[in-house]
Amino acid sequence: MSYLKVAPESLAQFREIRVPFEEGVVDTLNAGDLVSLTGVIYTGRDQTHRRLMALLDEGKQLPVDLAGQLLYYVGPTPAPPGKIIGSAGPTTSYRMDSYTPRLLELGLKGTLGKGKRSQEVRDSMLLHRAVYLASIAGAGALLSRSITKADLVAFEDAGPEAMFRFEVERFPAVVINDLTGRDFYDLSSAR
Amino acid sequence: MKPLRIINAEEILCAVKELAISAACDLEPDILEGLVVARDRETSPLARDLLELLLLNADIASRERLPLCQDTGVSVVFISLGQEVRIHGDLNEAVQDGIRQGYLDGYLRKSVCDPLTRINTGTNTPAVIHFEMVPGSDLIIRYLPKGCGSENMSRLQMLPPSAGLEGVKDFICRSVFEAGPNPCPPLVVGVGLGGTFEKAALLAKKSLFRSLGENHWRADVAALENELLSRINLNGQGVEGMGGCNTALAVHCEIFPSHIASLPVAVNIQCHSHRHKERVL
Repeated sequence: MSYLKVAPESLAQFREIRVPFEEGVVDTLNAGDLVSLTGVIYTGRDQTHRRLMALLDEGKQLPVDLAGQLLYYVGPTPAPPGKIIGSAGPTTSYRMDSYTPRLLELGLKGTLGKGKRSQEVRDSMLLHRAVYLASIAGAGALLSRSITKADLVAFEDAGPEAMFRFEVERFPAVVINDLTGRDFYDLSSAR
Repeated sequence: MKPLRIINAEEILCAVKELAISAACDLEPDILEGLVVARDRETSPLARDLLELLLLNADIASRERLPLCQDTGVSVVFISLGQEVRIHGDLNEAVQDGIRQGYLDGYLRKSVCDPLTRINTGTNTPAVIHFEMVPGSDLIIRYLPKGCGSENMSRLQMLPPSAGLEGVKDFICRSVFEAGPNPCPPLVVGVGLGGTFEKAALLAKKSLFRSLGENHWRADVAALENELLSRINLNGQGVEGMGGCNTALAVHCEIFPSHIASLPVAVNIQCHSHRHKERVL
């Protein structure tokens, strides 16, 4: 992607990471690391989470096996003609906090959004060895360039809240919560 | 008696539609300039780079006609209707139709749903419309698509008068600090001080339409705005909550007399993607 070549200094230092995470990679991520994600991620925000929980309550199978996956909290704008996707930046993660531990129990390896997580989610991430990343909030037009394919997976009737499978190429993010229990927001504001 | 000026509802519909699309894709010059100033004064390298990327995002959005942010908001519309204007047609419907058409034709996200069933209305309507009568023969449309990452972090408190100015400052700063990275800083902090429960909230929202960083005309209110901005920017949360000296771009405060028993304070938090537009018909 051409814009990354002209990206500012510190963001040029990001580490290339494949998603879903390869074996052992999560252990090497540190709060504050700038990463660039390439591979496949799944999306979901409020309604997708509610519906996933309903399926679990009914003992039914989820539309995708989330074990090992990275879940991106996003509700994109519709793709204009000729585009793969519209604007597609992260939404605020805390709204998913009440659902997240249950997905981590199923083996979800990471979440991607923006903003702080609850203590309960942080504890659950440590227990299940999962990480939380934030992308660039309010940069949906820029981030859409890193999405090379978007396929609907489930819950089409939820409109912008449907679940998608994204193929991403050098999608920028920052590690917020790592496996040592550190939180980059706490670290950066304490500086 | 002066003859009434006629404005057709169709003209209002078209104006609202254009405003909706343009607001989503074209960041206002005052906000662009605010981001540039923030970048140039920023001390944290990461925060500086993030601000640079936000400017790049604005450039891409405008050139490619993609929304700046996927949250194209709940549509907030302030209509100031001149007393010498007569509308041919239905004013309320014209605004709602303008939003509906703008969100459809502009490929904007429809983000409005029933609060209980959470079923999406599919059109981004109803818009939240505030009408006011003003002297003259203009019809002024002020448009603000409000993203709810920041709207959700807004607060209102009915303080006792004994809380005083210090109580007001503390509440405003606390609201910003507790919001942390969630509302997408650097923020514009809109404050409504005084009035009643609903008036304070409305003042806070209205203050967001002021050109970025323009102080209140009253010297004591301007001093309050400046002091709050300094305090907020010393907290270290910074750009996107990732550090630096730019947690907020501006604090805008509007005031109104209150009851002798009351000191309402509303804090309407606005993200850096502050889309505000105005059109005079």
